[in-house]
Amino acid sequence: MGALKEGTRVMGKGTSDAINLSKLDWMTTRVDAALGWARKFSIFQYPFVTACCGMEYMATACSHYDVDRFGAGFPRFSPRQADVLFVVGTISHKLAPILKRVYEQMMEPKWVVAFGVCTCTGGFYDNYATVMGIDTIVPVDVYIPGCPPRPENVLDGLMKLQEKIQHGIKATLPQHAFGRPTEFQQPHRAEEHL
Amino acid sequence: MATEPLPFAETVRDRFPQWVIGAHCYRGDETMILKREGLLEVCRFLRDDPGMAFECLMDLTCVDYLHFGSSLGSAPLMKTPSPLPYFMRPKPTTETWGRMVGEDHRFEVVYHFYSLSRNHRLRLKVPLTEAEATVDSVTGLWQSANWFEREVWDMFGIRFRGHPNLKRILMYEPFDGYPLRKDYPVNRRQPLVGPVN
Amino acid sequence: MSIQAELLHAKRDSTLITHHSSLATEKRHMFLNVGPSHPAMHGIVQIITELDGERVVSAEVEIGYLHRGFEKMCETGPYNNAMPYADRLNYVSPLINNFGFCLAVERLLGIEATERCQYIRVIMSEISRITDHLTCIGASAMELGAFTVFLYMIKAREWLWELVEAVTGARLTISYGRVGGVKADLPEGFAERTKKILEEVRKVLIECDQLLTRNRIFIDRMQGTGVIAPKEAISFGITGPFLRACGVNYDVRKAQPYFVYDRMRFDVPTAEHGDNYGRYLVRMEEMEQSMRIVEQALATIPQGPIVVDAEGRVMPAAMMVDLAKAGATRDFKTVQTVPDPTLEGATKRLHTVINAPEKRAVLPPKEDTYGNIEGLMHHFKLVMIGHGIRPPPGEVYAAVEGANGELGFYVVSDGSDRPYRVRVRPPCFTIMGALSHMLVGDMLADMVPTFGSVNMIGGELDR
Repeated sequence: MGALKEGTRVMGKGTSDAINLSKLDWMTTRVDAALGWARKFSIFQYPFVTACCGMEYMATACSHYDVDRFGAGFPRFSPRQADVLFVVGTISHKLAPILKRVYEQMMEPKWVVAFGVCTCTGGFYDNYATVMGIDTIVPVDVYIPGCPPRPENVLDGLMKLQEKIQHGIKATLPQHAFGRPTEFQQPHRAEEHL
Repeated sequence: MATEPLPFAETVRDRFPQWVIGAHCYRGDETMILKREGLLEVCRFLRDDPGMAFECLMDLTCVDYLHFGSSLGSAPLMKTPSPLPYFMRPKPTTETWGRMVGEDHRFEVVYHFYSLSRNHRLRLKVPLTEAEATVDSVTGLWQSANWFEREVWDMFGIRFRGHPNLKRILMYEPFDGYPLRKDYPVNRRQPLVGPVN
Repeated sequence: MSIQAELLHAKRDSTLITHHSSLATEKRHMFLNVGPSHPAMHGIVQIITELDGERVVSAEVEIGYLHRGFEKMCETGPYNNAMPYADRLNYVSPLINNFGFCLAVERLLGIEATERCQYIRVIMSEISRITDHLTCIGASAMELGAFTVFLYMIKAREWLWELVEAVTGARLTISYGRVGGVKADLPEGFAERTKKILEEVRKVLIECDQLLTRNRIFIDRMQGTGVIAPKEAISFGITGPFLRACGVNYDVRKAQPYFVYDRMRFDVPTAEHGDNYGRYLVRMEEMEQSMRIVEQALATIPQGPIVVDAEGRVMPAAMMVDLAKAGATRDFKTVQTVPDPTLEGATKRLHTVINAPEKRAVLPPKEDTYGNIEGLMHHFKLVMIGHGIRPPPGEVYAAVEGANGELGFYVVSDGSDRPYRVRVRPPCFTIMGALSHMLVGDMLADMVPTFGSVNMIGGELDR
């Protein structure tokens, strides 16, 4: 009964303060709350798996840490059928156009989870080949840092995503992604301060 | 120079004295340095000769010696380096490794061979200058060279004459430059989509 | 003229084709693009296949989608900084990569790790090899539809990861190797725990064997597909279980032993036909052999810490650091510290056991760093910028047996504290080079088991 959030009223024969499930006839709730509840417990994920985080993704999906408990256990390998894009692992510049295309092929409502620190900020691969954070390409809803994140972290992120789905909050591309200088940036080397 | 015997280098030097520039054995790895014109001939000999029998080309790579020994390639050395404490003085050793060839070449293409039947290894190095960064392809002798040479082309810009399909393998075609060269800055990004972050 | 003659005429003159489109018998091949984001391609690779119906006529393999600049990043920091990057090469068996790199740099320095350290490295390498094979077979079984086998194998892998976590502190990306030694010694009770877990893993393997090995569907899909002849495999530079499945008995652990593999008794399985089924059998048997090596190593590992006279006090490490900073370092030579559980195994009394006696490469124990001036100087000389591990100028190629084949590290040093060039010879690079060759002639659906048995690990392939 904890799944039904605010705006839900339950009515039935002999309703009192205590809710008696066996006596329920019908219940009312708001449409978006019900939709949110239905959506968050049936997540069809598109696992865009590239690198080491994929191993922890596999571990989360399997028996020990079972993501199927959350209704997110069945991956859909077509963007047309998926609603959550799990970007798992480093995205290189060669792969970036394909990520963008897959994101654009998905239908609304859709959410994006940046799994692993390489997708959040680029990780420690500050070099010519890596995208420093996929939020420069696609809007990200939940960032799960870790290299790779432990399955408990992943489940925490998944639960945060479920909250977002419940309330229908969407992400937008962060404004700081645009207007950056076009020159490449030198890393801040410690020996310059010697 | 090391006093260890160099059996492979001796054999090849006897056979092709005009191509072998030098040879050494450092840390147990026998290494031969060849002129680039003689590469195909010597490689064919290495593969087909029953005494050598190097059926396997284990690795093919390149080293860019542009910043070798200078502080540009590494952390800046201190102006007057402080002496090492007594417990960190290096032990004396008879093994030396000098860059055998003159320092006018920038690249060295390195081949690692292994013989399955005889269980021995050999390293071959071919020095190249920047102006003439071209060498013969050994794809006809070992098929593993196909992708290895593509990678060296992609990362260093060394052309391989006679390669069936010399195009980029790890980077994307619009990428400009050769990333593993020492003069390519490590984080110069050339994104296809998105900002230069 | 007759219809056939007209059609023949039409083929030569293409403008006439449109009139006979309803009778067109012209056949063309279809181009199908598999990947890069594809469920059956575990790892990102793009295979552009030309299909004649269901048969693959030609395949072009496009890689590089996970290129992360490992070789360039290694040049930007000191030698030990390359450990985290090396972990992420073959991320299902990260310990083997760590130790391979350490072996190369140690050869460059001319030092050798201590005996107990080598035993530890062998044990952890073999556990890593088992996790790699479990992932490979599990994932390829899942792609063929045997989802249960995947779940069972990942369950076994979780137990092994718990073991790895007990030793190194992390499940997957462990950064455990150091030049000259390892980060910490094995924890207490490791041997008993490992024995129990290996028994459980054996049970899981027997179950999976019963599910797969004589399964009609599995055999139909795996036998006879993805065949490669031994001569071709050698020419392509293939090594590891792939080559052994073609019948060629080459294992770096036997041919050119490193660490203490020459003292271990184990067999190297080979198969006959060079098809996917043979590779599956070779990997299953290799897991058993790896477990055998681990058990032997645990039985014969030289004894633990050298007993230092511990008549001094025992104090928590944090207190020791605080006292040292305040200058109260009297009696620190005999104190025995109790570190935080995450730093266990790295205290002074274990230091000489797991690290080579090489002061130019190995950091001093923290009790010395905070306790006396020699330790502090030693630490400074190894950590500060401009100092550090400085192997003499030279180059070395060190090969270890990775889970996919010969994993070689070619390290060039110019005498400074950073490697001048680090090249990793990836075993699955050569196998992927041969993939297009293996796919031609098979059906489209055979691409799945063939690619699964390649065990392509993106981090290693693209670096």
